[in-house]
Amino acid sequence: MSNLAVQVEGIGKQYQLGLREKANQTFREAIIGMASAPLQRLKHLSGRDDAGKFWALRDISFDVPEGEVLGIIGHNGAGKSTLLKILSRITEPTEGRATIHGRVASLLEVGTGFHNELSGRENVYLNGAILGMSKTEIDRKFDEIVDFSGVEKFLDTPIKRYSSGMKVRLAFAVAAHLEPEILIIDEVLAVGDAEFQRKCLGKMQDVATTGRTVLFVSHNMAAVESLCNRAILLESGEVLADDQTGVVVGHYLEKGSNSSLSSIHFGEKDAPSNEHIRVQRVSVAPDEGRSSGIFDLTVPLRVEIEFERMARERRLDVTLHFRTERDIVAFVSTTADRNECPIEWTENRGLAMCHVPANFLNSQQYRVSVLIIRDRSECIMRLDDIVAFDIEDHASRRGRWFGKREGAVSPFLEWNKPCLSTEPMAAK
Amino acid sequence: MVTSVAELEQPSDSGTADAVAQDAVSAVITVIEPKPGWRTIDFGELWKYRELVYFLTWRDVKVRYKQTVMGAAWAILQPLMTSLVFVILFGKMGGMEVDTTVPYLLFVFAAQIAWQYFATSVSQCGQSLVTSANLISKVYFPRLIVPLASVGAGLVDFLVGVGVLVVLMIAYQFVPPVQIVFLPLFLVGVIVSAVGVGSLLAALTVAYRDFRYVVPFLIQMWMFATPVGYPLNKLTNFLESRGYSRTWELLYFANPMAGMTQGFRWSVLGEPLDMSCLAVSAISACLLLVFGATYFRLVERRFADIV
Repeated sequence: MSNLAVQVEGIGKQYQLGLREKANQTFREAIIGMASAPLQRLKHLSGRDDAGKFWALRDISFDVPEGEVLGIIGHNGAGKSTLLKILSRITEPTEGRATIHGRVASLLEVGTGFHNELSGRENVYLNGAILGMSKTEIDRKFDEIVDFSGVEKFLDTPIKRYSSGMKVRLAFAVAAHLEPEILIIDEVLAVGDAEFQRKCLGKMQDVATTGRTVLFVSHNMAAVESLCNRAILLESGEVLADDQTGVVVGHYLEKGSNSSLSSIHFGEKDAPSNEHIRVQRVSVAPDEGRSSGIFDLTVPLRVEIEFERMARERRLDVTLHFRTERDIVAFVSTTADRNECPIEWTENRGLAMCHVPANFLNSQQYRVSVLIIRDRSECIMRLDDIVAFDIEDHASRRGRWFGKREGAVSPFLEWNKPCLSTEPMAAK
Repeated sequence: MVTSVAELEQPSDSGTADAVAQDAVSAVITVIEPKPGWRTIDFGELWKYRELVYFLTWRDVKVRYKQTVMGAAWAILQPLMTSLVFVILFGKMGGMEVDTTVPYLLFVFAAQIAWQYFATSVSQCGQSLVTSANLISKVYFPRLIVPLASVGAGLVDFLVGVGVLVVLMIAYQFVPPVQIVFLPLFLVGVIVSAVGVGSLLAALTVAYRDFRYVVPFLIQMWMFATPVGYPLNKLTNFLESRGYSRTWELLYFANPMAGMTQGFRWSVLGEPLDMSCLAVSAISACLLLVFGATYFRLVERRFADIV
């Protein structure tokens, strides 16, 4: 058996709700508050003042052997970030105990402490020092870091003139050259473009194979599955599952599909609205028949968005993001592709309708985000994961294969016998 | 929520179970657990993070005069202009120059550089934690580093001020007395006071943003309570003429900056210095440091949650 790198025993963290409000009180209240603070302390000590408290984490225990890459997954608000913050000593637990064997570096954000007025070179040193590197260590790795980032031309330019992509690349280059024994990473992959994410994943795979211990929080199930051999699932501050990654991801996905609606009709009051737009309805339904939230693979679907504009705009477009359960955008479809906008207007009421062909999606859950775009450039309304639906494969067009098919989509494409053409396919 | 974190250097020959389970590569064990009670300053840990203090100080220095036309000239102009105002206000109009043996500009400037250093440090400290909120909520390091770096960054301006003082002394053909060798001691006194008051105000500003408005006001008041623009004997004479005992004078020196600015004048200009008064100021500075840092340590566990 290998040695333990991290040992967590009964960690709990309690937050006082409304603390932030308290922190921003007025001068008069502050004085009164300071005067009454000893009193509240007494109340606190006697344990009577339990109102407005809530446990972000409760009784969390797990061990991480040296060299293991542990994934931590869970829905928003499950306590993942709080756990990482406790383990990286940013905030302290209310109860319990964690023992960490080895140097820890935590990467809860890319580019922590970057200063816009300083040059790229200066920021490498500053950021490195903040992440726990010594000056000699940075000196030694400096060229490597710059190489990796690909911004050597702009090293002496203040980073406020950098594009956001350059900033992220430089920041990740620094982080990638940390050499701690234990690395704590939170959702770092959520930033940056696809290329950057691939680079991150590759680098993390390197880290994982060098025998370092990694704690990795992500919503990206694909990343978790490819990097981690074990995962824990947090739900409302408790460990719900602690097992091999595949099993835990399965639990997570099951949890997710329970809480989704395939169509939403908003009332007058709860409709998402702003000064431009009020959304009235988003629905996914089969082209014929009623919506049940679960659709057959062989049935064409129709996504409808009904909304109201507050003023006459020059052009409004609707964009849909279809996201898989692994949080990958399977595809995007937008009315902006058309020269003439296919939204049907009745006075200020607009109706957009998107047809998803049959035999195109894969058998899994999809979540749909709706974006409303003005003048083909400015997003004026964004509803993330507003509806979700499940695709199931009843009448099997899948031949004899009963296993789950890989892929964000599973389109039924044309396959022809190539005998009509003498040219090899590749030359086409 | 009374918690504490202890980081232990594991001795290589320790025979505990932990040490046995420990890989040879690493000898660091961190225990994270709530530990009730007050905490003292962890000097060992601060020392470990000394490079971060250096880098944050260096950042503050670099950034301070970025995108200003006059740049570091501000470090010269600020104390010089303030001193000139004092010379006109107190020296000429108030007729106080007759009480001093040295040129009044020198007299004011020697104290002004100490005061200015204290004042900028304290006001920078007050804001320091709030402006580093992104660091505090994303990375662990001993939180005291943040106000320490603010005080450190002011040192550069202070040294510029000393340079100006030297130029003024040459211009006035003034030869400093031998006790100038004690000047660094008084500088330490200023730093101790600044770190004490600064860390206290920094911690308070995190919880109560009111202190954003309190700090500038406090510093303004504090300046008049410190013999920067006026000679100390004006004050002592005033106290005597009103029949106040010497205890009141000693009490006045509970303001550590009173003792430190007088110390500056004593070592640079050879002005008289009352040792018991200085002792009061020195003790007060140390008490402020202990109080400020202890309060800071008491509430720092909440910083990441509320900043």
